[in-house]
Amino acid sequence: MMAQVQKNNDRLDLAPKKFNMWLFIFTSFMFFAAISSGFIVYSGSKGHGLNVIMPDAFKYSTITIILSSVTLFLAQKAAKGLQFGKQRMFLWLTFLLGVAFFVIQIYAWYVLAYKMGVHLTDPNASRSFVYIFTGMHLLHIIAAILLLLNTLWGTYKNIPQVRNLFKMEMTSIFWHFLGIIWIYLYVFLLLNQN
Amino acid sequence: MSTLAVHDHGVAHHDDHGHEHHHNQSFLSKYVFSMDHKMISKQFLITGITMAVIAMILSILFRIQLAYPDKTFPLLTTLLGRFAPNGRISADFYLSLVTIHGTIMVFFVLTAGLSGTFANLLIPLQIGARDMASPFMNMLSYWFFFIASVIMLSSFLVQKGPASGGWTIYPPLSALPKAMPGSGMGMTLWLVSMVFFIASSLIGGINYVSTVLNMRTKGMDLWKMPLTIWALFLTAILGMLAFPVLVAGVVLLIFDRSFGTSFYLSDIVLNGVQQPYEGGSPILFQHLFWFLGHPEVYIVIMPAMGISSEVMSVNSRKPIFGYHAMVYSLIGITVLSFIVWGHHMFVTGMNPFLGGVFMITTLIIAVPSAVKTFNWLATLWRGNIRFTPAMLFAIGMVSFFISGGLTGIFLGNATLDINLHDTYFVVAHFHLVMGSAAIFGMLAGVYHWFPKMFGKMMDEKLGYLHFWLTFIGAYLVFFPMHFMGLDGVPRRYYAFTEFVSMQRWLTVNTFVTWAAIMAACAQVAFLYNFITSIFIGKKATQNPWESNTLEWTTPVEHLHGNWPGEIPTVYRWPYDYSKPGAEEDYIPQTVPFSQTMSSNLPTDFEDNPKGLEELNKFQSTLKANEQVK
Repeated sequence: MMAQVQKNNDRLDLAPKKFNMWLFIFTSFMFFAAISSGFIVYSGSKGHGLNVIMPDAFKYSTITIILSSVTLFLAQKAAKGLQFGKQRMFLWLTFLLGVAFFVIQIYAWYVLAYKMGVHLTDPNASRSFVYIFTGMHLLHIIAAILLLLNTLWGTYKNIPQVRNLFKMEMTSIFWHFLGIIWIYLYVFLLLNQN
Repeated sequence: MSTLAVHDHGVAHHDDHGHEHHHNQSFLSKYVFSMDHKMISKQFLITGITMAVIAMILSILFRIQLAYPDKTFPLLTTLLGRFAPNGRISADFYLSLVTIHGTIMVFFVLTAGLSGTFANLLIPLQIGARDMASPFMNMLSYWFFFIASVIMLSSFLVQKGPASGGWTIYPPLSALPKAMPGSGMGMTLWLVSMVFFIASSLIGGINYVSTVLNMRTKGMDLWKMPLTIWALFLTAILGMLAFPVLVAGVVLLIFDRSFGTSFYLSDIVLNGVQQPYEGGSPILFQHLFWFLGHPEVYIVIMPAMGISSEVMSVNSRKPIFGYHAMVYSLIGITVLSFIVWGHHMFVTGMNPFLGGVFMITTLIIAVPSAVKTFNWLATLWRGNIRFTPAMLFAIGMVSFFISGGLTGIFLGNATLDINLHDTYFVVAHFHLVMGSAAIFGMLAGVYHWFPKMFGKMMDEKLGYLHFWLTFIGAYLVFFPMHFMGLDGVPRRYYAFTEFVSMQRWLTVNTFVTWAAIMAACAQVAFLYNFITSIFIGKKATQNPWESNTLEWTTPVEHLHGNWPGEIPTVYRWPYDYSKPGAEEDYIPQTVPFSQTMSSNLPTDFEDNPKGLEELNKFQSTLKANEQVK
């Protein structure tokens, strides 16, 4: 019996899968590092500054994404404490905040383009970079929302607790990472806006 | 807590179920959407070989143009239609041929075909794991690669032909759809294909790294891993660091192409019309591209290095010389590869001081490379060499690495590069050092692990024929190119007949083309051998090369999960060949030291005082017995 359990254990191992997520985050980080260095090389060699004061919408989206990280943290805590109703509620909250973040970012584009006259096709490509940064980040947000919905769906199907916790952890790692990346991009833009 | 345990059990059972009772899988889940790493590795290999054959045919086509720029071959029109009007390959199609040849060889054959095959096959088998960290991601990785291959090849079917701006796709040619025929739909397909390719590489790489770090069997610490695993592991890390940067470059390129931004474009006049793009920097693309592009050449060569190290040690019946130095030099190459990209850009108007920095970092790579070369030669030194086809290809890899590496020292020099940049000298250099060397490493791997993959042996005689024709052919093709380059003959030109100073190289070009055709014919021997051996080859034994590594402890018949019972435990490093005092000239990694008392050495017990004590006791008893006699 013991040998049987041993044998089964070496076939089920979720830790490497979680590690995969960390590695993915690493590659994603490299991507954002590359486009922000692209910005530095471009604006450095061409002498084009950004010269755009970032719209206030970015402040609100920053607050939203930080809040969503808090709710997701609470959801995970609830999941660990086997309070599945609470977990579900916080997951829904996180989902709504994520969607709100998405909407605010799109609104920020609207402000940039129609109120401030900063277009994607600006001859000064430093300004195009603002759209690239936010757009690429939003692509990741879409993926994160899908992951979140998958976890949420799992809570309605009676999946084993290990699976539930595993999904929660995967979602959390990715979600918090995207929050951090957004803060990095925002601070990067603030530092370069003049 | 108890709930957790119960649930855990349930999952374990479920998973077990999936592994044990699915032997009567459907054809689709066994051969097509397989999640077994051994099957995925075969899929990668066969797709890789197919792509290699296509790329080789492309190269023969443009070699014909270079050898006979003034002759017409009606057959070409029959075969290629509008791409070769009047029996001659058109100039635009010539550029497409070199572009797609380069793209396929670098990415599809030597990145996916090489890493994909051997990382999938060897990582779980040599570290002692049931499968990859995520078999599903592994399957996804292959199918993204397959889609990428199909899209890349489909660009031959569009009206204006495939991408033709060179495999480096520098803007503005790649950024303006109207710049040349190949910049249109062909370039779009190229970009779409590469998006899938990069996704495949990243998914695969993440899995390889995670598997190596998390799923090694008991006793398999990092310093007991075979060099193949070290090389594939570091290659995967390189890919994870480098490919996202290419994504960044390609994303900006796509915006320039399709959304009217000007990241890379400035002051462009197309067909007499001033274009609206302003302020872009084409050099920015080169920075982003070569930050990937240089590590990419190490992604290509490092698996070949790992495979050669393993094959040469097994077939020299000697431990690899300087195992630790081999690992540290791989790590050194990995790190250095990220700070040398500027040597591709010496002539872009780079600040000469910066050029000097890149020159120094580039030349430092000669140190780990030389360490590896020295160690390979020292491994061969006074070994009981068995010249199997795999061994010949591994030695061939070292030969190409040396002769191609030497010219790297010239090209890495910022001043000499002014003369040599974009000449045939460069073509000769990289075709030897990363093209031929990596292909030979890959072929060594195929010959060596064919028994593991297919349970059959490949024919040795055909292997020898294949080796010698390819080896001689490759040197005949690429060696003369050095002299053309020194004379200033530029690469990627359609015909040299227009330039009086280059006309004298026509005879050499003809010679090179015939050498290339000979080498291409030699590949038929390989293909015949490969395909027939799968079906009618001699049945392989469990450990045909008398090798130490774990993959040879698995049964010849493949089964899901690799080992029928428990995964074996590892007790020693993988290179105990011809150990003095041992009964045989190899001791597998699974044999504990307690079973090999007569061959143990004090250095085997560096972190095991109890073992050392036992060894001393054993040896003193032995000595006492001697004295009695």
